[in-house]
Amino acid sequence: MAFANVHMLPQVQPPAPAARPTEETAPSPPQSPTVRVRGFSRRFGDTEVLRDLDLDIAPGEFVALLGASGSGKTTLLRTLAGLDPADPEAVRAPANRAVVFQDARLLPWKRVWRNVALGLAGLDAADRARAALAEVGLEHRMDAWPATLSGGEAQRAALARALVREPRLLLLDEPFAAVDALTRIRMHGLVLALWRAHAPAVLLVTHDVDEAITLADRVLVLEKGRIAAEERIDLARPRDGGPAFQALRRRLLNRLGVDPGAPPPSPAQSSPPEAELLAYPTGEIL
Amino acid sequence: MSPVALLLLWELGARTGVIPANVLAAPSSVILTAWRMIASGELPWNMLVSLGRAVSGLVIGVAVGSALALTAGLSRAGETLVDPPVQMLRTLPSLALTPLFIVWFGIGETPKIALIALGTSFPIYLNLYAGIRGVEPRLVEAARSFGLGGRELIAHVILPGALPSFLLGLRFALAGSWLILVVAEQINASAGLGYLINNARDFARTDVIVVCLAVYALLGLAADAVVRALERRALAWRPAFIKS
Repeated sequence: MAFANVHMLPQVQPPAPAARPTEETAPSPPQSPTVRVRGFSRRFGDTEVLRDLDLDIAPGEFVALLGASGSGKTTLLRTLAGLDPADPEAVRAPANRAVVFQDARLLPWKRVWRNVALGLAGLDAADRARAALAEVGLEHRMDAWPATLSGGEAQRAALARALVREPRLLLLDEPFAAVDALTRIRMHGLVLALWRAHAPAVLLVTHDVDEAITLADRVLVLEKGRIAAEERIDLARPRDGGPAFQALRRRLLNRLGVDPGAPPPSPAQSSPPEAELLAYPTGEIL
Repeated sequence: MSPVALLLLWELGARTGVIPANVLAAPSSVILTAWRMIASGELPWNMLVSLGRAVSGLVIGVAVGSALALTAGLSRAGETLVDPPVQMLRTLPSLALTPLFIVWFGIGETPKIALIALGTSFPIYLNLYAGIRGVEPRLVEAARSFGLGGRELIAHVILPGALPSFLLGLRFALAGSWLILVVAEQINASAGLGYLINNARDFARTDVIVVCLAVYALLGLAADAVVRALERRALAWRPAFIKS
């Protein structure tokens, strides 16, 4: 295992698979993981963005990936999405996967439902798109142009577009970073509900420690291209920020080089990774 | 108000003899001439001939320009094959080729239509090519992540993304086709608005000349209105059009 500090916490049960052995006790799980990365490295020019990285994501597991800018989070997500080339020996991910990007990336020239139905085959594509939009509460906007959607609506449409494909792996690339704090809270609830209903494996890339703890079964901290820390979270959802939540939050923030007890420094004083984290102050609102 | 005042002043000048009729005919006589030319069928017929030339040249120009732009825009091999020579040729003013075209195609309809086709293919090529290459890479990537590739990617992402640029090119092409038409029709035409103007010049019929100029202007306006309507329909998704 490449993980630096694996905590021996009880296993969280993801919704779909009824039982899953912990990786610590069973080195070769009987159920093959949805994502399997072994010794993966990636460099751009002289900088090694990902170094000898190992990662497993079990079917139906919700994993959050934390890290400062430049830690390689997005590179890892893009690799798993098949957007960047990778050695299939080192990286195994299902072909049936879908991405929700930070900017919704809806095609502006297609009405919302056509965006959701993009690339779907079959005569029922329109019905499936409508059903997916109903699931995210956007059925009434299905004939709208994307340019008329609010940021939250656009992200919900992007979620519908991803889920209509019933992906085995759902990749979320900071999907809530650009929406307002209240919308973000609603989106968290929506994502959890959709995850329960569809049970994909999820990899959520985020800057936001609270978001990671609120949503995920497991939080990974990526640092200089390696997974530097891992936390399993067995708190019952919804997670309301009790003492266990706060303890986790402190540990993760410390791991990321932020002192949660200290008053928020002004941007001028803070070092780059801290500034990165403080740029998304959801934690204070939640 | 001022255009009306200008017209009145012009009429007054003509009536009092300050502006002789062989310099510029009075507005009233221009209107009368226009009416007579319409009634005799002379104006509609010649207008139709001119319009036919412009439209045939435009259709050929748009087809050729689009084909070249798609070739260069959608493939690297096409780009190296098509783009350098086209970029070289576009610096040449199309009208400068008139003598060569007369040598090649004679003085019939062919050189006129060929000149318009040539002049309109460049704005179409340049804008459509730039539009294809300028499609937001983030959208292409998103579509790719949903399994779109090849033909589907071109149909759903690249071509709709390039459409605004194409329509801009079409607008330039229409304006260009008009300009070239005026000059091309000076080549030994036996029909068309240019022929009417040439005839009128020989007889110093300034009223006929003004009527033809007005028709050129009206046709230009109509062409612009067509493109605008096309844009409103095809680009209905744009924020500028959503409100209206």
